[in-house]
Amino acid sequence: MSLGTEQRPFDPTDLRATGSARWADPLFRTISFAAGISVLLVLGLMIGSTTLDALPVFQYQGLVSFFTTSEWNAGSSRNELTGTYGAFAFIYGTLISSLIAIMIALPLSIAVSLYINRIAPKRFRTTLAYTVELLAAVPSVVYGLWGLLSFTPAVLLPVSRFLSGYLGDVPVIGRIFEGPVPNTNYFIAGNVLAIMILPIITAIAREVMAQTPADQIDAAYGMGATDWEVMRKVILRRSFPGIVGASMLGLGRALGETIAVAMLIGGQQRWGISIFFAGQSMAGHIASTFQDAAPETVNALIAVGVGLFVITVIVNMLARVLVWRIGRVAGDAAL
Amino acid sequence: MRTFTRRIAVLTAASLLAVACGGDGDAGDPTAADTGDDTATGAGDDAGDDETTDDGDDAAAGDRPAGQLDGAGATFPTPVFEEWIFTYTGDVNTDASINYQSIGSGGGIEQFLAETVDFGSSERVLSEEDLELAEEQRGCAPIEIPVVFGAVVMATVDPALDGLTLDANAIADIFERRITRWDDPALVELNPDLDLPDMDIIPVHRSDGSGTTSVFTKYLDADSDNWTLGEGTEVQWPAGTVGGQGNEGVSAGIEQNEGAIGYVNQAYAIELDLQTALVINADGNAVEPTLEATSAALATVEIPEDFRFDILGVGGDGYPIAGTNWIFAWECGYEAGTADLLKDFWSWAVEEGDDLALELGYAPLDDSVKPDALAAIERINSQE
Repeated sequence: MSLGTEQRPFDPTDLRATGSARWADPLFRTISFAAGISVLLVLGLMIGSTTLDALPVFQYQGLVSFFTTSEWNAGSSRNELTGTYGAFAFIYGTLISSLIAIMIALPLSIAVSLYINRIAPKRFRTTLAYTVELLAAVPSVVYGLWGLLSFTPAVLLPVSRFLSGYLGDVPVIGRIFEGPVPNTNYFIAGNVLAIMILPIITAIAREVMAQTPADQIDAAYGMGATDWEVMRKVILRRSFPGIVGASMLGLGRALGETIAVAMLIGGQQRWGISIFFAGQSMAGHIASTFQDAAPETVNALIAVGVGLFVITVIVNMLARVLVWRIGRVAGDAAL
Repeated sequence: MRTFTRRIAVLTAASLLAVACGGDGDAGDPTAADTGDDTATGAGDDAGDDETTDDGDDAAAGDRPAGQLDGAGATFPTPVFEEWIFTYTGDVNTDASINYQSIGSGGGIEQFLAETVDFGSSERVLSEEDLELAEEQRGCAPIEIPVVFGAVVMATVDPALDGLTLDANAIADIFERRITRWDDPALVELNPDLDLPDMDIIPVHRSDGSGTTSVFTKYLDADSDNWTLGEGTEVQWPAGTVGGQGNEGVSAGIEQNEGAIGYVNQAYAIELDLQTALVINADGNAVEPTLEATSAALATVEIPEDFRFDILGVGGDGYPIAGTNWIFAWECGYEAGTADLLKDFWSWAVEEGDDLALELGYAPLDDSVKPDALAAIERINSQE
């Protein structure tokens, strides 16, 4: 128990392994290399095999026609393609329901984040934050069932009918709110999606807001700013790029969400301008119909999956560009 | 001390790796076997061996064959299949274990043809193309045996629509949005005694591919000149209709949309006590969808030797929208134990399963058809 050795930061000989343990480093390196490569490999195989399966459908239907027409008539053949496969209705459904979700979830997330970080009494903060994160742990099918059997009849349907009744007759924008309002539609799917993506956006937004330097906040208060002014002009302005990134992550999740959307979006292979139209999303259509699909239709559904992948990649790239540009602009402003 | 810890870490990592590889190997096995000829029999054989080793526990099983069966297919008969399996493996033959996966009719056909299951099930018979492929692959013909029937009913909620009567053309026009209001003259003519409400009709259909849709559209395609959407497990419904995921989704749609009408499986409608419409059959009789009416429909259908038939053009007291569920098995290539169990289970289901089927809202085989069905079951594995 000599004090001298205790105070040494470490004994260099402890670090050097002896005997067969010398293999630990190379072995560890190999394992982690394999782990890293396997991710790329799996992704590569997935893209490769799905594209290969989808290729005949793209060739048969035509790439442009597949993405821009909305006539979907599943064929029932084993060896050849006989149906009509235009996926635009599903693409539109995916985009519009995700857009509605992000428009609702983003302001809500910012408000929740600000409340938890700045306004809520200190002892509630952890509980609140934990509760919001718990929303992410609810399985998607539970959201779907709850949305279908409780939330829709109790809240969303009356709200939808009210909106449609008041805004449906307004010229120009009335088209967007046109009735009739069925019990499953873009708007209802978008609302439940909003709740589902709220936790991820809130979690990241809170993290970003917490990074605001305390001295800047103190300085703002020192200059006589109110709470609201501090939040708006210091915290929000500084965290803006991070919030944009967070909402893009949320959007990514909304685009790919499957079962809840399949249950709530309307289950129709059509599309319409009104947000109260009963339509279908890409992931929802795949999930709904692949069980009973004939081999040729399975290929067409895989093609829809490839389409969804392409759209997700495009959205992610746009998000990167957006974050980068806003980062530059906001960074300049912050200086 | 440190070296020791590190050694343990390396050992743990190595063993984890080994476990992972071992796991891979195991997981790979069945898929590798899929390409082989006798996957199903292999699986059955293994389980059989396991069972026989600890046979002493339950001598009550008598002389019924032990073993394991795997089946997959239609979702539509799942409740009755599960009940049959539960009773058979629980009371009749405790040495057997039977596993049925309701993955859908399309999936059932695919898994059967891929020979990953011992029996498949579907609401449609195998196409000529599938039959050829099957023969080529296994070297013998698949046997298609009807085991249970079910009707598809038109359900509504509005009390003003209680006792509603429809015919094939009216249903076709409603679901293709040519009749969009309940007080349409065509509906008034069919329902002189009803005071039809001044309301929009919202037709609710299944959004997922399903046998229920297949039965419904097949009926409309055959019996209505107005129907243009064809038949299938999914069709492209016109705008203005609403889709529901599963029977639950459709019933939610019927309840939550004013003036809605939807089609659901009879078993489901009976369970939920839904209000159903009468449908006019080929003889012009308006028939309420009861189990007796479904059985009556079966009595009017000529069932051919090969069991490839549709329940169409139903007259008399029969309810016209009904479908059949077939199971598929092979004439050859099973391990003896698996074939015995397969024959024993399905003969039992056909002979003894009627009450269970009726209880759940399905119509069993007519007594006149049963000998033929049993003869077909006996053909399983008859070719060596």
